[in-house]
Amino acid sequence: MQVEIKQIPAAKVSKAPPPGARLRAFLFDNMVVLLFVVLSAVGVWLSELPLGFVAMDLVSRIARNGFLILALLIPVMAGLGLNFAIVLGAMATQIAVIFVIHWGIGGVSGVLLTVALATPMAILFGILIGRLLNQTRGQEMITSMMAGFFANGLYMLLLMVMVGTVIPLRNPKLLLPHGIGILNTVDLGIIRQAVDNIYTMTFAGFMALLAGLLGAIGLWEHFRQRGRSRPRTPRALYFAVGAILAAASSLLTRSPDSSFAMVSIPLVTFAIIGLGCAFVGFISSTKLGQDFRSVGQDQHVAKVSGIDVDRTRLVAMVISTVMAAWGHALLLSNFGNLSTYGSHESVGVFAIAALLIGGATVTKATVGQALTGLLLFHTLFLVSPMAGRNLLGDAQLGEFFRAFVAYGVIAASLAMYAWKRTYAARKRLNS
Amino acid sequence: MGNLWKNIVDNLGFARLVIIGFLIVLVFGAAYFEIPLGPLLSAALVRTGMNGIFVLAMLPTINSGIGPNFGLPLGILCGLVGSLLSIELDMRGMPAILFAAAVSIPLATVVGAAYGWLLNKVKGSEMMVSTYVGFSIVSLMNIGWIIMPFTSPEMRWPIGRGLRVTIALEERFASVLDELLAFDVAGVVVPTGLLLTFFLMCLLMWFFIRSKTGMAMRAVGDSKQFAVASGLNVDGYRLLGTIMSTVLGAVGIVVFSQSFAFIQLYEAPMTMGFPAAAAILIGGATVKRANILNVILGAFLFQSLLVVSLPVANKIITVGGVAEIARIIVSNGIILYALTQVGRGD
Amino acid sequence: MQGYRLKVALHLYGDKQGGYAVAQDNYVLEMQNIGKVYAGNRVLKDVNLQLKAGEIHAVLGENGAGKSTFMNILFGMSVIHSTGGFEGKIVIDGKDVSITSPYDAMNLGIGMVHQEFMLIPGFTITENIKVNREITRPNIASRLFGPKLESLDMDAMNRDARKALDTVGLNIEEWTKIAGMPVGLMQFVEIAREIDKANMKIIVFDEPTAVLTESEADTLLKAMQAIARSGIAILFITHRLDEVMTIADNITVLRDGELVRTLPKTETNTFQLAELMVGRKVEKIVQASENKVKEGIALSVRGLKVLMPGEEVQKVDLDVFEGEIIGIGGLGGQGKLGIANGIMGLYLAAGQVSVFGKPLQLNDTKAAYQAGLAFVSEDRRGVGLLLDSSIEMNIAFTAMQMRNRFLYRFGPFSHLAYGKIRRHAMEKIKELDIRCTGPMQLTRRLSGGNQQKVCIARALALDPKILFVSEPTRGIDVGAKKIVLEELVRLNRELGMTIVMTSSELAELRSICHRIAIVCHGAVEGVLSPDDNDVDFGLMMAGNYHKLRGKEVV
Repeated sequence: MQVEIKQIPAAKVSKAPPPGARLRAFLFDNMVVLLFVVLSAVGVWLSELPLGFVAMDLVSRIARNGFLILALLIPVMAGLGLNFAIVLGAMATQIAVIFVIHWGIGGVSGVLLTVALATPMAILFGILIGRLLNQTRGQEMITSMMAGFFANGLYMLLLMVMVGTVIPLRNPKLLLPHGIGILNTVDLGIIRQAVDNIYTMTFAGFMALLAGLLGAIGLWEHFRQRGRSRPRTPRALYFAVGAILAAASSLLTRSPDSSFAMVSIPLVTFAIIGLGCAFVGFISSTKLGQDFRSVGQDQHVAKVSGIDVDRTRLVAMVISTVMAAWGHALLLSNFGNLSTYGSHESVGVFAIAALLIGGATVTKATVGQALTGLLLFHTLFLVSPMAGRNLLGDAQLGEFFRAFVAYGVIAASLAMYAWKRTYAARKRLNS
Repeated sequence: MGNLWKNIVDNLGFARLVIIGFLIVLVFGAAYFEIPLGPLLSAALVRTGMNGIFVLAMLPTINSGIGPNFGLPLGILCGLVGSLLSIELDMRGMPAILFAAAVSIPLATVVGAAYGWLLNKVKGSEMMVSTYVGFSIVSLMNIGWIIMPFTSPEMRWPIGRGLRVTIALEERFASVLDELLAFDVAGVVVPTGLLLTFFLMCLLMWFFIRSKTGMAMRAVGDSKQFAVASGLNVDGYRLLGTIMSTVLGAVGIVVFSQSFAFIQLYEAPMTMGFPAAAAILIGGATVKRANILNVILGAFLFQSLLVVSLPVANKIITVGGVAEIARIIVSNGIILYALTQVGRGD
Repeated sequence: MQGYRLKVALHLYGDKQGGYAVAQDNYVLEMQNIGKVYAGNRVLKDVNLQLKAGEIHAVLGENGAGKSTFMNILFGMSVIHSTGGFEGKIVIDGKDVSITSPYDAMNLGIGMVHQEFMLIPGFTITENIKVNREITRPNIASRLFGPKLESLDMDAMNRDARKALDTVGLNIEEWTKIAGMPVGLMQFVEIAREIDKANMKIIVFDEPTAVLTESEADTLLKAMQAIARSGIAILFITHRLDEVMTIADNITVLRDGELVRTLPKTETNTFQLAELMVGRKVEKIVQASENKVKEGIALSVRGLKVLMPGEEVQKVDLDVFEGEIIGIGGLGGQGKLGIANGIMGLYLAAGQVSVFGKPLQLNDTKAAYQAGLAFVSEDRRGVGLLLDSSIEMNIAFTAMQMRNRFLYRFGPFSHLAYGKIRRHAMEKIKELDIRCTGPMQLTRRLSGGNQQKVCIARALALDPKILFVSEPTRGIDVGAKKIVLEELVRLNRELGMTIVMTSSELAELRSICHRIAIVCHGAVEGVLSPDDNDVDFGLMMAGNYHKLRGKEVV
């Protein structure tokens, strides 16, 4: 039995949007990123630094911060916002590294041991902060920020007061003159660049490798999506463009006279970062990832559907803290020096600012945005002093400017997020 | 007896009791180590007066529903500009202080209005937004301190551009209020002028709370829906609260600087909001409700804790910076605790 | 927004009569002696219901009749279990079962399409259909670290979603996001989600057509019939008598938490249902006022439209005479609560309102107060009180802010007149018999009835000419109810105050009002006298009055 129902007439849908509209939409959606591309480019130009030099510094910065920034992605997915408490993971690593230095274990084994010691601590910290956030639903970001400050106090208490008194560590090379408290700076020479130095490659060589890799992924994406009736994302295109850019830069910097000749890429470190990206991508494609997203979008619906909301959020925080710990290990190893009471402090703010500059928001952050932001933020960061000096006669101004940018980007993102939240609620009411 | 104890615990809250208990232990410790309590009390009184107005600045925003004003640095910057201007115009003593305050107040009103406008747009995330707006503006002002056309050699670097990081006030208006009408009793020096200023501000605030506008502001903070249903302009009162808080921040830094004997520029103002918030919370306020008693009690408790902990800790272990660690743990801990209490009892 | 065409692909189910052989006494669901008490308040008592496979069973009732609570019990919602559980037994396919969470209900084959959508706007249709029931494939990581790491199989999920969507007749891509979809379509996605669940035996629909347009509602009803034909039993809560008579096989009428009748559709009609829903002996709780209603019009409303979520007003025309007590009744969600809230400026409103002949500025609460209006909100705790302030402050507040009462003023400054506030509060406590430890007590600590008295006192302190009271006796015990109603009558009789009383309890409206306007679908369906018969009230509340009676009632 067929039943015909009075059909509701279809609304006129224009198939092809006017030609300028798509470009305008692209510009609007990616406003922040484009702004910073321009800003960074201007900064590089103003600083009058040779590109190769910029590249060299940038490579170290990426090696240091690449893995860390990935730690921010999963909490955003799970609706916990920007995790200002990744500093807890960093603290775990710093405690671990002090032991490793004390026992004098260097090289790659030293780094591996640091990671091994830091991980259980990071898991514990992650559980604690996760439970705290479950107590303060709706105020997760301010809570994670304050928790970071508070934990810093406890960390200082541990390392400044309890070492040498309650904790019987006697190592004159590590301790302050009175025998109580760890030194303000600890030389990490024995593990310096341990991972970095496993295998290095020239810039041109690396770019060629990258071109091949991106091209391969792009092709794979393309074929994967071909069998779908689902609307296809232009991801294959992005990879293709990336591959072409990489190939081009490889060709351009081939010559030994190029300023890029002295740039050396720490392949293993970059590979680890790549694995980190793959890991986040993998989690995203699993049931766990879908649970993160469900909880992140609507806790009530998730709960009624039978998902253990509290536990899911907790797992997200643990993963984030552990990733932060591992990332910080790479940072300390690359840097070769530990500022005991300071290395971890700005870790959260800088990583978050970088992520936001890459186009992420409080509710959505992808690997691509993390990497883009990483590049842009650190470029801006390293050229600002010279640019400031050349433009305004004072390098300090450049430094102040970059701090302002970092904080300002975060303030603006938070404001936008809050404004959208109230605006959306009012819209729902009025619709 | 058990009931009385339970009542005390319920009313004061667990965290507050821990802090009060800690303070009592420290005082006994000081006595044990034969540290003279007189100077300690004097120091505590001075620091209470110095920081008190910052703590008071938390009250209008808490009562109007915005929560503790982590963006206090904005008001502080206004006060700093006023103070610098008074030095630039070669003023001294009391007139310098009055001038600095007089200039900062209108400036703080304008800044507070803009800031309040922003906070009205971000209801629900005021604490986060105010923190980072505060940080960014302080960073921006760092550039300002370098390019502002001040000429006084006291303030500028001898070579190079811009203002110094700290500017000495010995010749200017250091300790003017502290020493005004100060007296000595039983080994304790009471900084009368300073405390009078603080209490005067508290008194003004007290009268405000008991006025029609003050009541309206509290209702706005207690229940937005009730306020709207009573014909009140919610956004307007929140704006007023922010402006008041910013103005108090400006006046507060003038008073603070004269007592501290230095004007601190650049990074110093950045985190000045947090200890003030912690203090009012220690005094018994919550993120949504505060009164004058919370302000005075909290300011005194918090500063006493810091003042007493340093010498006592130094007797036990000779570690520098213990007071700093205590300050970090206590102030951030109490704020964290207050955040976990937000959902309760609603 | 995309255009869409809805067509019902009923050919999937065919026309096989009796396609599902059911033994006559095999009930798929039996709910026996179901009862529920919320904090001393009994909302359900001894309700029985039997359901066969493939049957469509309607549950009718007014607000507060217990329908939603009944369904929440069946679906294991936490609001039931965190407040002491329920009485009675649930039997599925002959076996006793225990349902303590929606997950349990789902595993037993019960699905629910909620009134408030359980959809995630940022997700696609497929993701919504498959929340926490995603199809996954194992991989290396999952073999090592557990099933949570299995890979999502989006293709398989999309296929399932497509099937479910086709079944309900929704011709829209399954990867479309929910955000921005028209509300009617969302309803269908909710249904698709339930159908997708394996082993569905029963689907509960809670006021399914409340947010739909007429044609969408038609399509929905046909889809429900198709689902029933496939062997799934349907329980649906509604107040729309038309729909009930169209598709229900059996009808259960609840009233005041008790079962009134269960009868097959073939043995009843709209009139009888209306009467069953409403009828009860009206005890004149209070002697209706003998105050002579004046000729003049105190409040005139034309074309009022109010955007109050859940209680939208579409077009209300009403005249209120000076000195009368007029009641505004109707079922929940029909708009009656929106009228007072809209006029007082709490929600966005449009239209013409005049007070004693003078036009009133809408969307301006202050203007409303200045025109001599005052109101007591239906949301006592949220809107009506400052819970952490004292009784005396609550009573004095609005009059202080709007009329500058209880203040000492010196130019731009003012100071609270604490003495006056105290004295006034003491008076009111005595007058209204507010049970408390004193005027300083926090209103949070008072019982519902006493809180209501404080709200009334606060409104009265404004010396209003017209008083709006919404749900004045909701959640209040019988004794306090009487006092509140008596006070309203006294105000009307002694002070000649015009009172507009909005209430879901028809009985109390009929006991003290001069006239009662019934609101349905956001408009005044008609105005009745308290003595008019039950059937008329029932029909008006269900919105069938004009269709069936066809006469104009002023």
